[in-house]
Amino acid sequence: MKLSVRLVALAAVLATAACAPQTSGDSSSGKDEKTGTLRVWLFREVNNAPKEKAVESVVAGFEKAHDGTEVTVEYIPVETRAERIKAAFNDPKSAPDLVEYGNTDTAGYVKDGGLADVTEEFGAWDEAKDTDPTARQSVTVDGRVYGAPYFVGVRALYYRTDVFDELGLEPPASQAELISTAREIRAARPDLYGIAVGGAYTYGAMPFLWAHGGELATGKGGSYASAIDTPAARKGIEAYTSLFGDDNCPAAKCAGMGGNDTVTAFASGKAAMAIAGDFSRAAVEAGTVKGDYAVVPLPGVKPGSVAPAFAGGNNLGVLKSTSHRTLAVDLMRRLASKEAQGELFDAMGFLPTFSDVRQRAAAEEPFLKPFVETLAADTKFVPASPAWAQIDASQVLPTMFQEVVSGKKDVGAAAGDAAKKMNEAFGSVG
Amino acid sequence: MRGRPAPRVAAPPRTPRPPRGRGRTRGAGLTPWLYLAPALVVLGGLLAYPVQQLGVISLFRYTQAQVSGGEPATFQGLGNYRELLADEQFRQVLLTTVLFAAACVVSTLAVGCALAVLLTRVSAVPRLALMLAGLGAWATPAVTGSTVWLLLFDADFGPVNRILGLGDHSWTYGRYSAFLLVLLEVVWCSFPFVMITVYAGIRAVPAEVLEAAALDGASQWRVWRSVLAPMLRPILVVVTVQSVIWDFKVFTQIYVMTGGGGIAGQNLVLNVYAYQKAFASSQYGLGAAIGVVMLLVLLAVTLVYLRLLRRQGEEL
Repeated sequence: MKLSVRLVALAAVLATAACAPQTSGDSSSGKDEKTGTLRVWLFREVNNAPKEKAVESVVAGFEKAHDGTEVTVEYIPVETRAERIKAAFNDPKSAPDLVEYGNTDTAGYVKDGGLADVTEEFGAWDEAKDTDPTARQSVTVDGRVYGAPYFVGVRALYYRTDVFDELGLEPPASQAELISTAREIRAARPDLYGIAVGGAYTYGAMPFLWAHGGELATGKGGSYASAIDTPAARKGIEAYTSLFGDDNCPAAKCAGMGGNDTVTAFASGKAAMAIAGDFSRAAVEAGTVKGDYAVVPLPGVKPGSVAPAFAGGNNLGVLKSTSHRTLAVDLMRRLASKEAQGELFDAMGFLPTFSDVRQRAAAEEPFLKPFVETLAADTKFVPASPAWAQIDASQVLPTMFQEVVSGKKDVGAAAGDAAKKMNEAFGSVG
Repeated sequence: MRGRPAPRVAAPPRTPRPPRGRGRTRGAGLTPWLYLAPALVVLGGLLAYPVQQLGVISLFRYTQAQVSGGEPATFQGLGNYRELLADEQFRQVLLTTVLFAAACVVSTLAVGCALAVLLTRVSAVPRLALMLAGLGAWATPAVTGSTVWLLLFDADFGPVNRILGLGDHSWTYGRYSAFLLVLLEVVWCSFPFVMITVYAGIRAVPAEVLEAAALDGASQWRVWRSVLAPMLRPILVVVTVQSVIWDFKVFTQIYVMTGGGGIAGQNLVLNVYAYQKAFASSQYGLGAAIGVVMLLVLLAVTLVYLRLLRRQGEEL
């Protein structure tokens, strides 16, 4: 009796073990209907009403142009977007036709088989020629285009005008000056960080690396190799990590900080400078430093130059599983058009991805001048490889900075280990 | 006790009872299974099936691309396990987790048992106060508890630093000080379970036994060591096994209090590491392999523990 029960159980386990785990098969629907309902997922911003209004006017125009179509827009929370979008890829039946997504996710989503290749449509779109090169790069994987840039976000140097006036300082014009100014402020005002920096603030650290001529990785078309341990990159890592210490931002506090923590430190009046984005303005305005700050581009190595910045931002993409491909592509083009991006800028202050529209926006809004200048100088993007998501999630770069900052490893050893981990990730997805 | 033969075996029925003979053995074979069937079906669906799926997934190259159909799932045998064992960080994290969980279990049991004994020795009002404090800690969600502890020990605004006069000392910067902080929180939120359970056990011990020990002049420690602990053994076994399982799987406290694994990953434990691998970077196959390893470690620890107790002559 006992034996037979065991045998049955064993047989059952073996029988099911033989099957592969579940996959959802090829997700493209093969259909291209010209009427019906289009579902759109956009991110819910902190103050979402103006965005909804801007989107509504585009949607109204679309529904007018295409008889028998209806568009339902759902605003999904930013915190759970990764799960929502993964779930949409897994279950094409409940997936939307068009999504907004963070531009560092492009390569990963393409590998997941989630986004439709729209290279031909993008090429045939007359406005696309004015898309700035970095934004175009952020929708491109292996030379194919998988969406349209929606807006860009970029970081620059915020500084306290009251502190600088009091100490008779000028905004720094080079990275050497930035470091010496930060230390000078800390020495004169020990209650302040000269510049708030964070060991986990990857996108605040990258400009230092890039300014010294370093790169995250080199290569194209899926096969990348880490360049984080090249001499140039190491110089950048040294420059950034030299800002951690009792003479600027004590390692015990700053090693664990991320981007938001540094913005919070600046907004609450604990730092004289911080690297923050055009999108951080609301957070800073809500703090105690309101009215006492200004922004300049983050300086590069040579006096008067601008450090290359990371071009963040969001894209719009058509899902591979859509059964309304032509309609979805048209709606994407309308939402990402010059006119719609201009309206989105007026509503939300998000920087347009077209160079000419952006220039016009900067002329209207002086606050944006340093950000637009930064974008015009030079911007960089993360490697267009699905491995980037893995490198980001495994905190390879924060670990490297924190190892240096806390004195666990020197720059060479930490960068070497990080390069090894990055190459493993690049290799495993290749 | 072991050498004494069981009375049933020693005294077989002298007069045979023909009507029950064969029928009884067959019934004894089937009836328990019939009674067990509903529970087994539920357990099979909720436990065996997921565990089996975990095992299957751990043998495949299974990432988001495979789940959503971008690439086919490829069988790679023990490839995920090989990758894990070759990963130096995994070995370090495994060792850290075992040591940290052991420290948490020992501290939780010590605090819980000591307070349980204290509960039996104090009058009604302080007992009620202690009970309420314990229940409050128990009922606090782990995320809330961790956040509050973090605020208490905050470098700039925390009352602990102010009271101890530590200036702006950061508790989460050093590896051991961060682990200590997390350990305190884990003990704080899991001692009430031990305390209440052991307290209930002590209450069930006949008063005469304790009285007799007291008359013999036994000290408090001696009473615990020679009277209460042996009598409470089944309860202590349960709370120990529970604590081992909980503390080995600790996630929330580390994730919240050390910001997802501490400076340069110095405070990573297995569950947070598995989360990084499985969900944050969508390597479900590798994450499943970590899950299987955790399952095996926990099973091994629990079985060895129960085995040791058996050796000492206790039936559970």
